[in-house]
Amino acid sequence: MRAASTTTTTSTSTSSAGAATVAPTEPVTGGLGDSPLRPDGALKVQGRFAFSSDDRVDAMLHGATLRSPHAAARIVRIDIAPALAITGVRAVLTASDVPGTLTYGLIDDDQPVLADGVVRYQGEPVALVAADHPETARRALGSIVVEWEPLPVVADPDDVIAGTARELHPRGNVFRRQDVACGDQELVGEVRVEGTYEIGMQDQAFLGLEAALGIPDPDGAGVELFVATQWLHEDRKQLSACLGLAPERVRLTLSGVGGAFGGREDLSLQVHTALLALHTRRPVRMQYTREESFFGHVHRHPATIWMRHHADRDGTLRRVEARMVFDGGAYASTSHAVLFNAITHAQGPYRCLNATVEGWAVRTNNPPCGAMRGFGVVQACFAHESQMDRLAEACGLDPVEVRLRNAMVTGDRLITGQVVDSVAPVERCIRETVALPMPPDGPGGDAADPRLLPGGVGLTTDAAHVRRGVGFGVSIKNLMYSEGFDDYSTARCRLADGVATLKFATAEVGQGFVTLAQQIARTRLGVSDVVLEPIDTSIDSSGSTSASRQTWMSGGAVDAACRAVRSRLLDAVAQRHSIEVEALEIVGTDVVSADGSLRVPVTEASAGLVIDESAHYRHRPTVEPDAQGQGDSHVAFAFVAHRAVVDVDPELGLVRVVQIATAQDVGVALNPLSVRGQIEGGIAQGLGLAVMEEIVVRDGIIRNPSFTDYLLPTALDAPEVVVSLVEEYEPLAARGQGSRRAAVHIGNTGDRCRDPQRDRAPDRPYAGATPGHLRMTTGPRLHLWEVVVDCAEPAVLAAFYAGLCGCEPHRFDDEWYWIEPASRGGGVADAGGPRIAFQRVPEPKVGKVRLHLDLGTDDLEGAVRRAVSLGAGRLGDPVTDAAGSFVVLADPEGHEFCVVTE
Amino acid sequence: MSEVNGPSERFRLHVNGADREVVDAFAGASLLNVLRDHLGLPAVKGACEQGECGSCSVLLDGTLVCSCLVLAASATGREIVTLEGLTPAAGLSDVQRAFIEEGAVQCGFCTPGLITAVHDLLDRRPDPADADIREALAGNLCRCTGYGRVFAAVRTAAAWRRGEAETH
Repeated sequence: MRAASTTTTTSTSTSSAGAATVAPTEPVTGGLGDSPLRPDGALKVQGRFAFSSDDRVDAMLHGATLRSPHAAARIVRIDIAPALAITGVRAVLTASDVPGTLTYGLIDDDQPVLADGVVRYQGEPVALVAADHPETARRALGSIVVEWEPLPVVADPDDVIAGTARELHPRGNVFRRQDVACGDQELVGEVRVEGTYEIGMQDQAFLGLEAALGIPDPDGAGVELFVATQWLHEDRKQLSACLGLAPERVRLTLSGVGGAFGGREDLSLQVHTALLALHTRRPVRMQYTREESFFGHVHRHPATIWMRHHADRDGTLRRVEARMVFDGGAYASTSHAVLFNAITHAQGPYRCLNATVEGWAVRTNNPPCGAMRGFGVVQACFAHESQMDRLAEACGLDPVEVRLRNAMVTGDRLITGQVVDSVAPVERCIRETVALPMPPDGPGGDAADPRLLPGGVGLTTDAAHVRRGVGFGVSIKNLMYSEGFDDYSTARCRLADGVATLKFATAEVGQGFVTLAQQIARTRLGVSDVVLEPIDTSIDSSGSTSASRQTWMSGGAVDAACRAVRSRLLDAVAQRHSIEVEALEIVGTDVVSADGSLRVPVTEASAGLVIDESAHYRHRPTVEPDAQGQGDSHVAFAFVAHRAVVDVDPELGLVRVVQIATAQDVGVALNPLSVRGQIEGGIAQGLGLAVMEEIVVRDGIIRNPSFTDYLLPTALDAPEVVVSLVEEYEPLAARGQGSRRAAVHIGNTGDRCRDPQRDRAPDRPYAGATPGHLRMTTGPRLHLWEVVVDCAEPAVLAAFYAGLCGCEPHRFDDEWYWIEPASRGGGVADAGGPRIAFQRVPEPKVGKVRLHLDLGTDDLEGAVRRAVSLGAGRLGDPVTDAAGSFVVLADPEGHEFCVVTE
Repeated sequence: MSEVNGPSERFRLHVNGADREVVDAFAGASLLNVLRDHLGLPAVKGACEQGECGSCSVLLDGTLVCSCLVLAASATGREIVTLEGLTPAAGLSDVQRAFIEEGAVQCGFCTPGLITAVHDLLDRRPDPADADIREALAGNLCRCTGYGRVFAAVRTAAAWRRGEAETH
C-alpha cells in the first residue's frame, strides 16, 4: 500500500532511531509474528463465552416473526386481532408501525422492514409479535390471519434479462448491468475453448444462530441493542433511519458472534428487535431457529457464467469473453458489488490484454443474495479455472503448465486497466503448491479404511472401484472495498502504568482480530498486558469485518494509535532524561537509547503517565469504473494456488477430497497459527460448495432449509491440508485471511475423476446415477478418454504395452494399471489421445477381440521384432492395403492387435 | 423463563453430580431447552434442533448424545454431564487447553460440543488413530476451522495423556 494514510488526533511524529545496539533484557512475548493464545479462548472452551443467543435480562419479552409462505404474493388483508387477544402477547406490529423509513439496505434501501402490501420472496417478514414466552409468541404468529393473493413467481434470471418478467419492484428488475471491455474486442485466437458454468446458492451456515437483545431507554426515545453483526456502525445507520431516531440514540454492542462469513453483513432481526423493544418499553429478545435462519439472511449468489478463452497454440492467453448472470433474489443487498467483483476477476490470475465481459445482477423472487466469503470471486474462479483446464487440454499442455505460462506478475494490467502494483507471486504460489507432498497412501488410505473411502462407512464402494484424480486451481482476490468507497477504521490506545488498553468497534466474528490487536500493542509498546474494551458504537466506525479488510484496516488503525502513544512516551522519557527523542526506541519491553546508556522498562517509563491516542486508518483511494469497467477500482490483491487430490467412484458418483495442497500469498503472517486456521476453514467452505452444499430453490421455494437437508462438510469430509505460506513483504501489515478461499478448484480434478459434472458446483453426489440432470448448455463434453482392456494379469499387460510404446506403466492397485498418452508424459498416443487401462476380470478371453488396438510405427518389422521380444505372438505376415501396411499380433494374453505404418 | 405454556411437570434431573429441580418446564421440552433455559447451563448450545450439528452434546449415563433429541422428562434418574461438569473447578481440562493452544477455537460456538465429544473419545480410546478421531467428531459441525486444528488438538491432548512432553 503506497498511498495508505493514517491520521491521529494529535500531531505526532514517528520516532526513527537507528538500529538497536543493545539486546533487550526481556523480549516481548505474544507480539507480531508469534501465535499467542486467543484472549477469548479460555471462556470459549469452557462454554462461558456469551454469544448473542446467551444474552438475557430479567422481565424480557420474546419476539417472533411472521413470514411469507409465498415467493410472490399480494397481501389482501391482514388481521392481527386474534394474536393480540392471546394472554401474554404484548405487541403485534405490521408495516404501518414502522416509524421511520420503511425500507433498508446496504447499498440500495429497497428491502421493507415489514412487507407493505406485497411479498417478493418466501420468508419475507410480514408481522412481529412480542410475548411473555417464546411459545406464546409462536402461537400468536399462527393466529394472525393473512389473506394472500399469489402472484406469478419470477424464478429465472433469463426471464428478467429477456424483459419478459413482470416488474417486481418500483426500482426495477436489474440491480446492475456492467461491462468490462478492454483491448481488441474482435480478436479470435488460434485456440478457443468455451463452456457454461453454474454455481449453486450457498449458505454461510454459521453455527451461532441470529439472536439479539434490545433494551429501550427509559424515556422511550432510544434503544440499546446487543447483537452479533459484522459492522456495528452500518447497522446503526440503517436502524436509526428505520426507527426514526437520531443515530446517537441507537447504541449497539457486539455480542458474541458465532461465525458470520458475510451472512451478518445485512440487517436481519436488528430493526425488528428494536421496534418491539421501543413499542413495548420492555427488553425484547429475538432468536431464529435454524430453519428461520435460512430465510433470515442473504446467501451466496447462484450464477451462470459463460466463458470463451482465446489463446495461441502454445497456450498463451489472448482474450477472455464472458457473460455472467448473478441471481440477486428479491432485494438488492450487495448484488451491485458482488457482480463487480465477479466481472473484474474474469481473467483470473493470468495475463490477458483483451476482454469482453458482460455482467448482470438481477432481481427475482428467489431468496435475496449478498455477501459470502469470496464475494463474487468464487463464482468467477470456478469458471476461469475450468476454462484453464480446457485450454490445457486443447493445447496438449499440462494443466499446471498452462497456468504457469500465463501467470500474472507485478506490473501486469488487469482487464480493468488497473496495474497490479503490489506483489503478485502467482508463479511462486503455483510452484510451491506443486512441490508440496502428495498423500502417502492410495485411495482409502493404507488399510483401505472404509471411513476414508468416498461414501464412507456405508460400504457402497471399495478401493477397487475408486479412482484418484488431481486438479489445480489458481485465483486472484481483491482485498477491501472497491469502487471509490471511502473506507476507514478507527482505534484508540491508552497506556497507563505499563498496561495498554485498546478500544475499537471491529467486529470479532471468530477470525481472531482481538488476538492480533493485542499483538500489535505488545510489539509497538513493549507491554505484556493489553486490555480490550467492549466492542460497541461509543467509538467511531471500524468498518465491516468483511472483504479481507480488518487485519489491514483495523490493524492499521490500532498500529497507528499505538505508534502515536509510543511517540508520546518516548517524548516523555527524552524530556525526563534530557536525551534527544530520536535516540530512543522501544526494544523488547524496554525503552533504550541508541548508545546503550539508557534502559528503562516500559512499565517504569510509563508509571504515572496516562497517554491516550486515537487514530483513523484509510487505504488509498479507488475510483468508480467507467461504462467499460475501466479504472483503478480495487485497492489490492492476493493470490493463491490449490491442488486437490480427490477420490471418486465414477459409477456411484461418490466423491471424497483426500488432500488440498495450497500455497497462499499472505503478505506477512502476523499470527501463523491463525493464518493456518483461516486457510483450513476457507478450504472447508470451498469444499462444501464444490461437492455438497446447495440451497435448493424451486419456483422461489427453498426445499432444504435445515441441517438435515443442507449438507455441510463434517470431520470425515475434511481433507488433509498442506500449506505453504508465501510471504512477500509489502510495506504494511498482513493481508486479511478471511475471504481467502478458492477450493472450488476441487471441481477441476480431471485425471482419473471422469465425472462429467465438473461444470457445476456443487457436483451432485448422484452424478453417475442420474446423468440426465446435467444442465450444461454447451452439451455434454464427451471424448475418448481411455480404452480399457479386460484381462487376467493387468500388471503383465501394462508392462508389455508400456515396453512396446517406450513409456512407464502406472499402477492404481493390483486390479488396475494404465499407460498415458504423450500429453501426460506417456508414450501410448499423441497429445489428446486416449490412455489405455488394464483391468482384471474373472472371465477368460473367448474368440477374437471385437475391438483392437493399432499401434503406429515408421518401422514395421522393427516394431514387430520388439513386440515379439516382449512376449507377443506374430499371427501373420505384413498386409498392405490402401491405408498402409500392418502386421497382426497377439499380446501375452492373446488379445489381437496390430502394428501399422502411420 | 418462568411462564408455563402448556402442560408442565415438576421433575428432578441429576446434572453434573447434583440433583436439580426443574420447575415450570413444558412437559415436552427437550433436554437442551431445560439445561440451557431452566438450569442455566449455557455451554449447551443449540444450532440445528435436529441432532445434526452436535453443539448440544452432553453425556447421558456416559453416552454422548445430542440433548436436543432427548426429552428432558425422560432423563430423570440418569447421569447427565455437560461441559460445565467436565471443566475442572480451577483451570482447564487437558482437552480444553489443547483446543486453545492448537488454534482449534475460532468463533467458539461449536467448541463446547466438540470438547465434550473429545473427552468422550479419549476416555474410551486414549490413543485414537486419525480415522477414529474423524469418525468420533463427525457428529459435530464446525464452520470456522475446517477441522484441521481440531484434529491437532485431539492428537495433542492424547499425547499429554500418554505422558509425552508438552509440545508448547
